[in-house]
Amino acid sequence: MSDLPIGWRDHQEPGRYRLEQTGSQDIFGVVHGPQSLKPFVFAPREPLLQIERTKGGFAAHPALPHPEQIAVIGARACDLAGLAIQDRIFLNDAYRDPYYAARRDELFVIAVNCTRALSTCFCASMETGPRAKTGFDLALTKVDDMLLIEAGSEAGSGLLSELSLSPAHENLIDEAARCIEACARSQVRQLDHARLPQALYDAHDHPRWDEVAGRCLACANCTMVCPTCFCHTVEETPDLSNQQTAHARLWDSCFTQEHGYIHGKNIRPTIKDRYRMWLTHKLASWIDQFGMSGCVGCGRCITWCPVGIDLTEELSALLTSDSRSSVVGSPVEGT
Amino acid sequence: MSNPDERQRPKLAVVKFASCDGCQLSILNLEEDLLALGRMLDIAYFPEASSDMRPGPYDIALVEGSITTAEDAHRILALRQQAKVLITIGACAMAGGIQSLRNWADVESFKRTVYPSPEYIQSLSTSTPISEHVHVDFELWGCPIDKSQLLRVITDLMVGVQPRLPADSVCLECKRRGNVCVLVAKGLPCLGPVTKTGCGAICPGMGRDCYGCFGPSEGARKGPGLPPNTTSLARHFHGELQLIPIEVMRRFRGINGSVSPFRAESDIWEQKT
Ligand code: SF4
Ligand code: SF4
Ligand code: SF4
Ligand code: SF4
Ligand code: SF4
Repeated sequence: MSDLPIGWRDHQEPGRYRLEQTGSQDIFGVVHGPQSLKPFVFAPREPLLQIERTKGGFAAHPALPHPEQIAVIGARACDLAGLAIQDRIFLNDAYRDPYYAARRDELFVIAVNCTRALSTCFCASMETGPRAKTGFDLALTKVDDMLLIEAGSEAGSGLLSELSLSPAHENLIDEAARCIEACARSQVRQLDHARLPQALYDAHDHPRWDEVAGRCLACANCTMVCPTCFCHTVEETPDLSNQQTAHARLWDSCFTQEHGYIHGKNIRPTIKDRYRMWLTHKLASWIDQFGMSGCVGCGRCITWCPVGIDLTEELSALLTSDSRSSVVGSPVEGT
Repeated sequence: MSNPDERQRPKLAVVKFASCDGCQLSILNLEEDLLALGRMLDIAYFPEASSDMRPGPYDIALVEGSITTAEDAHRILALRQQAKVLITIGACAMAGGIQSLRNWADVESFKRTVYPSPEYIQSLSTSTPISEHVHVDFELWGCPIDKSQLLRVITDLMVGVQPRLPADSVCLECKRRGNVCVLVAKGLPCLGPVTKTGCGAICPGMGRDCYGCFGPSEGARKGPGLPPNTTSLARHFHGELQLIPIEVMRRFRGINGSVSPFRAESDIWEQKT
């Protein structure tokens, strides 16, 4: 129990995160932390192969992880939505990723339905929260000093049946729904996605891209904290004897120079190119690629951007036609 | 390249100019890897480690330090002639180091203040990076350099591939390591977003802000990449984190203060102080 953040509360704003001890007995006052569930399943650095020289060639041995069972307490609806998107990417059909799968199998998720939203949250507008709909083993809702528990999987039901709990009263269930509903209504941010993806493709030459490029650091923090970003690169680490090499996968981002490097040319040399890549992939081409948005509305990219760039604000500016954009024609971009 | 005999092993030189020797110490601190390095290469010249100092030519020369005297300006030209591959190591060699603060000051007045007989001190009025004097093949940034990056470059060269020296920001590695961002969570003026990766984000890992010892993430030299957006970060330090202009100037005018684009940013904030 002492490991739980009792009485702590998080305050999040663009480019700012602070924790406050309120002195209350609230266990779930911290809405969400710097990372989603992503690092538990899509590891930041995953050894893939151990390769060694053999007589006349080489042999590669997969370095499959053997993770311990992990139970996560306090995952939020946006985290589950992010996990569902990553499952779609890493576990789909022929492209099932055994490293992700091995970690995913060992994950037990106890979700918490949000009854307080952060100023950066906009899950309601993305229809991913604040209620956890699927993808959890257990889901908790705190109503006053009562805890409403719902099972969402066989493993969850199994665990629940081992505890001596009383069945929930209907009033409590209604009250929980009201609290979650109030949380949804309290959200101050929203993402106007009705006209996506096309509206963002149409905004390709909007002058707002130059403006945001003036603020963006191309530091990649937004992609690192995003629960859905899946880009990665691979790295070789040879040993000094030149007989072995470790082949590992690590998180990458469309904000790096190498990400845009293809065969002798960098196709995204400028910060403008990179910011446009991120936002357009996340909010538009993701829909073409996976049939859903790449954004679940967690707001992490807003909080953890060192200079507080807010994608909801950028999108609404980009979807507002600018008088200058009609005369832009074909702008000359980074050389 | 397994177990090449003595004569075939590539010859390595480690040469010092104006510096604190910290980067050379990083080589000595390689411990057992140093022995492996010694098996791979013939360490022909490394005065900090051995009094057995053999003349060139060398296959690889690791150069520490900046150019602060007329004599050193000649010495580096001679070394370049002797070195097939010349690799600069550390912030001094790369950017002039902390001693390049003299570039904004009057060295003569320093001499008069510090030395009883200043006429015996022969020093240039500037501290300049090696790349301003000779062609540099590869650069290992940092104050001091990262040991595994050094090993990586040498192993890559030995097998004949282009060494991998990523130009990402420190933030990527910081996030991969699971650090909580000190800029966002503590309001510290971290230079990680505009600094080159390579150190493993060790400062934020210890709860403190990066001071840019690996230099600008991109665009410090000619070639691919654009200068990082120091303007936006500096504006944020001033506007949101409440640093006064002289503090913003000092953030950028540190160990790599002489390298563009950090130099340009510090000059802008000097005007505002
Ligand atoms: S784009 Fe931003 S708000 Fe949307 S899911 Fe990613 S981190 Fe969260
Ligand atoms: S937004 Fe960028 S980092 Fe994220 S998945 Fe798309 S291309 Fe990759
Ligand atoms: S939007 Fe923010 S977090 Fe993302 S790369 Fe730009 S400055 Fe970094
Ligand atoms: S602590 Fe510094 S290096 Fe790490 S993510 Fe934050 S700004 Fe980047
Ligand atoms: S975090 Fe920054 S200052 Fe610290 S070692 Fe790394 S590059 Fe240098």
